[in-house]
Amino acid sequence: MRLLEDILVIDFSQFLSGPSASLRLADMGARVIKVEKPSTGDICRYLYVSDTRIEGESTIFHAINRNKESYAADLKEANDLRKIKELIQQADVVIHNFRPGVMKRLGLDYDTVKALNPSIIYGEISGYGNEGPWKDLPGQDLLLQSVSGLTWLSNNANTNPTPMGVAVVDIVAGTHLAQGILAALYQQIQTGEGALVQVSMLESILDFQFEVLTCFYNDGEQLPVRSAVNNANAYIAAPYGIYKTLNGFLALSMTNIVALGHIIQCKDLLVYTEPAEWYNRRDEIKSIIADCLIAKTTDEWLAVLRLKDIWCAKVLDYEMLMQEKGYQCLQMELEVQTSAGLTVKTTRCPFKVDGQLLTSGKGAPVLGEDTCAINQQFGIQ
Amino acid sequence: MKHLPLNGITVLEFSQYLSGPSAGLRLADFGARVIKVERPEQGDAGRKLAIKNLWIDDNSLLFHTINRNKQSITADLKNEEGIAVIHQLIKRADVITHNFRPGVMEKYGLDFNSVKQINPSIIYATISGYGNEGPWKDLPGQDLLLQAISGLTYTTGNLEDAPVPFGLSIADYICGAQMVQGIIAALIRRQKAKQPALIELSLLESILDFQFELLTTFYANKKQPKRSAVSNGNPLLAPPYGIYKTGDGYIAIAMTNLDVLASAIDCLAILQYKQEHAFVERDAIKDILTAHLITHATMYWLEKLHDHKIWAMNVLDWRQLRTQDGYKQLGMEQRIDLGNGKHFITTRCPIKINGAYLQSPVKAPALGEQNELIQNECSGQQHTIKSMA
Repeated sequence: MRLLEDILVIDFSQFLSGPSASLRLADMGARVIKVEKPSTGDICRYLYVSDTRIEGESTIFHAINRNKESYAADLKEANDLRKIKELIQQADVVIHNFRPGVMKRLGLDYDTVKALNPSIIYGEISGYGNEGPWKDLPGQDLLLQSVSGLTWLSNNANTNPTPMGVAVVDIVAGTHLAQGILAALYQQIQTGEGALVQVSMLESILDFQFEVLTCFYNDGEQLPVRSAVNNANAYIAAPYGIYKTLNGFLALSMTNIVALGHIIQCKDLLVYTEPAEWYNRRDEIKSIIADCLIAKTTDEWLAVLRLKDIWCAKVLDYEMLMQEKGYQCLQMELEVQTSAGLTVKTTRCPFKVDGQLLTSGKGAPVLGEDTCAINQQFGIQ
Repeated sequence: MKHLPLNGITVLEFSQYLSGPSAGLRLADFGARVIKVERPEQGDAGRKLAIKNLWIDDNSLLFHTINRNKQSITADLKNEEGIAVIHQLIKRADVITHNFRPGVMEKYGLDFNSVKQINPSIIYATISGYGNEGPWKDLPGQDLLLQAISGLTYTTGNLEDAPVPFGLSIADYICGAQMVQGIIAALIRRQKAKQPALIELSLLESILDFQFELLTTFYANKKQPKRSAVSNGNPLLAPPYGIYKTGDGYIAIAMTNLDVLASAIDCLAILQYKQEHAFVERDAIKDILTAHLITHATMYWLEKLHDHKIWAMNVLDWRQLRTQDGYKQLGMEQRIDLGNGKHFITTRCPIKINGAYLQSPVKAPALGEQNELIQNECSGQQHTIKSMA
């Protein structure tokens, strides 16, 4: 039996945050029905990234929405709204990521839905919470990274604030929503009671920084200082960072500087005998290491360092990664097929359950492709 | 909240450092009783791992941050006595988590199959660095190394920069978050089908899943995504997406069409490029924007951009953020009392249930703080473990 067998999710969310939560629920066996506006659908369908699209639709839409169904409904039409309400009466979970107030205007806010289905789990993601001066601002990933202080953690000290190059806020908020929905479902199965689960992108990206924010709250509000040389974490001592070698890059984790000096035969490191210096004088130490490591290839250094159990890794890009057995044996790639016959290669759910990978060959739905079947199955007229 | 969703659930946390313990923290937020099972004398190696040399009692502030609202029992897994205690505990537990390297729990007779004999409905969740098989299985599962090996460092920073890591432990964090999902979903199934579950995660699979949009795009076009040379925000997105220096600070501008942007900020020079060529010409366009946006203060631009409904925001540091009403009204900070008249401030769980924040003032345990309590429970001298929760 799949973990979420027989769980029905009605998903009104768009773009990435909410849909990434329902993707994971689908991976674990839930049935996810996307409710989309007729003729346009999830705006993400047309969010083209770079110059790559699959059959006229964005690659990322296919990545996020595989293994889901699509039901077309205009929530501003009374008849469509009635049908959706009938569907919700038979559902376990509702998800949306509209701005605060939108679901209320549509007549699909939590109180209304709860009256229809008292055991519903109603999950919502906002940008900045439902109150306060920022509540109507767009909840967009880069903007949340920027407002939350996150951009002062990556890259070197002399560079502009640097965003993380993946939609980290959306994804983290999506995982938090899935966690909350699952916890509420667990309780609902025991008590029959539904719940309202609320997540905001701002709270989620603050939680993501919980270790370093706690440091800031308790050390007299000292701001993070990125290291000027090969910064990897503003709070960690040398050598922590990525170094250029003769033919590529090498990542070095935490280690004893004097020991490292012996291993890479760099005499200049041997004077740093005081561990406190490894943080306080990290820029000069890292510069010395950088000058030394440029002399040999990455593989030569890996051989020397791993022999002494120094934590290090070769830095790979996707092209290099795909060539590695360590990647290939994970079977991380998943081929899915859409009803239109299109095959898309994407990634699978990252964890195994009972020794099995959680895979499904079902691709992202064509807009509204399941409307009729769902109407029939749920007796909606 | 009076009743939390996971009240009554007991978690044995053999995990150390961040990945596993961050999952334990969330389960505790949801109301589970989380018992850290630690080595005598040293305990979780995270106890001695400090950032900025900040300590609270014998343990680092970092340890307190990750392990608040938990209990601790010590047991030496290398001797029979220790194992006997653990077996007693396993009988009464619902969930086990560990993040030892592959083979370690087998050595102690505490692998899934052995534990299942003791407790047939156990939910057993493990985190490895790179999976249990293949050439990388014995490599150290350390966050920066996972970032380096997974391609992630080529997403951040500008094209001519060396690969730039995320300045936080993203692989640990995201893997812990995934583990929470797997564990609770398995608890849901257990309620219906009385089945145990084995949930296996690795930092590598988690950090690849995190890049699913980029990887799916890469699988389709076989081209390594390139960071833009100027103000890279996301290697897949067209200009203006990124952060720019202004006259007095920095501004972030998300996706918008060039013509709307040109009229909003009165920058006609970018109109020499057509919208359909925007991605390919992103660096040239961003160069023009860089020269343009430096000429006025952030608020000047922000007003114009917001007037045109363009997604933009000022770039704040934590000190600035902490003074904003938009931050204050979240009540994101909670106070943890240390019991000796001292306290510290940390963040709360980001998830609200039925309008209530999930907060707990309970501090992280001293090493073995609940040894006696738990052993008494196990030997039946007190109420069962569950009713103690």
